[in-house]
Amino acid sequence: MSNHLIVAPSPHVRDRVSTSSIMLDVIIAMLPAALVSVVVFGVRALVLICVCVASSVFFEYIFRLITKRTNTVGDLSAVVTGMLVAFNVPASLPIWMAVFGCLVAIVAVKQLFGGIGDNFANPAIVARIVLLISFSTHMTTWPLPNAYLNAAEVVSSATPLAILTKGGNVADVPPVINFLLGVRGGCLGETCALALIVGGIYLIVRKVITPTIPLTILGTAVVMSLLTGLDPVYQLLSGGMLLGAFFMATDYVTSPTREMGKLIYGIGIGVITMLIRAYGNYPEGMSFAILLMNIVTPHIDKAFNKMPFGGVSQ
Amino acid sequence: MPKSLQGVKVKHSKNTANLKAVRMPVPEKVTIPMIQHMGAPCDLLVKVGDSVTVGQLIGDSGAFLSSPIYSSVSGTVTAIEEFITAMGAKCKAAVITTDGQQTVCPDLEVPQINSHADLVAAARKCGLVGLGGAGFPTHIKLNPKNLSEVDTLVINGAECEPYITCDMRLMLDHTDSLLEGISVVKKYLGVKKVVIGIEDNKPEAIAKLTAAVASMEGVSVQTLRSKYPQGAEKVLIYETTGRVVMEGKLPADAGVVVLNVTTCAKLADFLKTGMPLVEKTITVDGSAVAEPKNVIVPIGTSIKDIIAFCGGYKAEAKKILMGGPMMGIAVPSDEFPLVKNNNAILAFDEKESRQEFETACIRCGRCLRACPFGLAPAKLDKAYRTRNLQALRDLKVNLCMECGCCSYVCPAKRYLVMSNKLGKKLLREAKN
Repeated sequence: MSNHLIVAPSPHVRDRVSTSSIMLDVIIAMLPAALVSVVVFGVRALVLICVCVASSVFFEYIFRLITKRTNTVGDLSAVVTGMLVAFNVPASLPIWMAVFGCLVAIVAVKQLFGGIGDNFANPAIVARIVLLISFSTHMTTWPLPNAYLNAAEVVSSATPLAILTKGGNVADVPPVINFLLGVRGGCLGETCALALIVGGIYLIVRKVITPTIPLTILGTAVVMSLLTGLDPVYQLLSGGMLLGAFFMATDYVTSPTREMGKLIYGIGIGVITMLIRAYGNYPEGMSFAILLMNIVTPHIDKAFNKMPFGGVSQ
Repeated sequence: MPKSLQGVKVKHSKNTANLKAVRMPVPEKVTIPMIQHMGAPCDLLVKVGDSVTVGQLIGDSGAFLSSPIYSSVSGTVTAIEEFITAMGAKCKAAVITTDGQQTVCPDLEVPQINSHADLVAAARKCGLVGLGGAGFPTHIKLNPKNLSEVDTLVINGAECEPYITCDMRLMLDHTDSLLEGISVVKKYLGVKKVVIGIEDNKPEAIAKLTAAVASMEGVSVQTLRSKYPQGAEKVLIYETTGRVVMEGKLPADAGVVVLNVTTCAKLADFLKTGMPLVEKTITVDGSAVAEPKNVIVPIGTSIKDIIAFCGGYKAEAKKILMGGPMMGIAVPSDEFPLVKNNNAILAFDEKESRQEFETACIRCGRCLRACPFGLAPAKLDKAYRTRNLQALRDLKVNLCMECGCCSYVCPAKRYLVMSNKLGKKLLREAKN
């Protein structure tokens, strides 16, 4: 007996955390914001989220099938990407455009570069930018929050961020409480600050992310607001700041791995975002900032290589 | 420099912590291989038909890095086998059919220790090797080139591997031997300071030893956090002395000699009885073992016999380890004999033997945060898989101690340690 033993390299015990358990944690962390989006924007938000998740998973499955690679749908990363794409578009976006966004994210950005782990930029961020450039009108037409939320005063033409940074009647900007609760114009998943913060804290507590990237982004944004004469509270709560800081910039694949690198990366995103907000043509700069810093990430990683314990340089 | 090195928190599973070691009966036969240590294999000194006694020298080598091997039983040599060790090295092995008498070798004599040279000679004569698992010949360790610069003796009672409790039992049940060993090594190594490092998951051992060493000058017990791999030599040296063993250097270069508690106690016993290293106290555990125990086993006893003594298999064993689950070696068969540096036999059932599929690295950085030495395991993995020798060198694959922390935490379940092992091999071959 017992001579048909498994021979494998050590270690013979492994931690329970797996790629899919991490992705599941990210999905759980996004649920509060998803829930709020349905309350604020109605069933349309739910439809968009479901369509994006389904199409992302479908594109990943089909691509892997056609290219004869192992099926990776089980790692749940496509689900995360789908949710993030939905979070980054207005709830009124035509369904086919959202599906196109998922195609860009999953096929062009993720799979063509080798699949999970090999993409150079955050798939959902690129999808948001591609959609913004391709369908500017649809991507900047913001639906009103549901009437029952008694938010008739909320603008429909421009987001609060546009008013805050690009001029406009400041009286049209809703009070801070609306930002916290999500009753304002904006992309589907980015409006409710409280839900995003709760999700972010969940990710930190579950050790899915370290607080370095979100904190440096938000800290830098505050400093930059003060320097450029913008209101730091509104800057933190508006646009995609919190969604980006907690859920998009922290994507493992496209952010630096060492803490020092994360610090530089976070500062970079904060600075670029605020420069675009204060001086650029676009009201929002978060997605561009994340994309740019994604691209610099390999260089940051290289710069913060450290000498191992007891190592001697040659 | 950080106050403390990185590592991982592993489930301790020290199920046998309360079980004193029991002696198993002498098996019908033992297989004693000629490599049971780090270094050159021994030449076999017996032939088929020879009668041997307990403690009789049956293998020795003239090589610098080697350690003599003694018969663990009395009986007759019935075969000489070609043997492949669990590490894959080839050597000869003596198969001895026991007579059950356990007649002690008449040539044994109690060594007299009056100098450092006597101590070194005794350690060699004892056939002593690092009993914590590495199997490095103790007489070499006790005889560093820069003896005068060595000022600290670190005693390793960390026992950071899950399941294993035999070192803890030794600290509790053979405290006197351990202290005698410490005294004699301290005296003849000429060191002023001795630190006994024990992980905080063994409070009884810490309490007992702290009280016991109170009267010994320069000897102290240091409580270590239970964070794997506290018992790894370089980690232990850093945690207890703050010193760093540099690349390509030995602990003695940092002024430190490290001995495992069991090694130290065995040395003391040898100095009293003259009986060399012929038996080992090991932990037998795992989900496929009916009655996990700490067992005193004659060297050369097969895993099968050892597990039979522990109530046999309660489930079909799918994976059997020599050593702990973090660094132990999976053996292909339970016919394998126990050798000097084994400190545990773990047999796991199908559920706990399941292999997980490797998936793509998601660059989460967990391996970076787990590696005690601050290596970049994911990059090393990539460097090995692309056969990039320069990157392997630059990333210092040679510093990897193969502790397994990186693979343990990897959510993509990548075989990072395996890549490092193979990466080192690649560099060795490139050098030749």
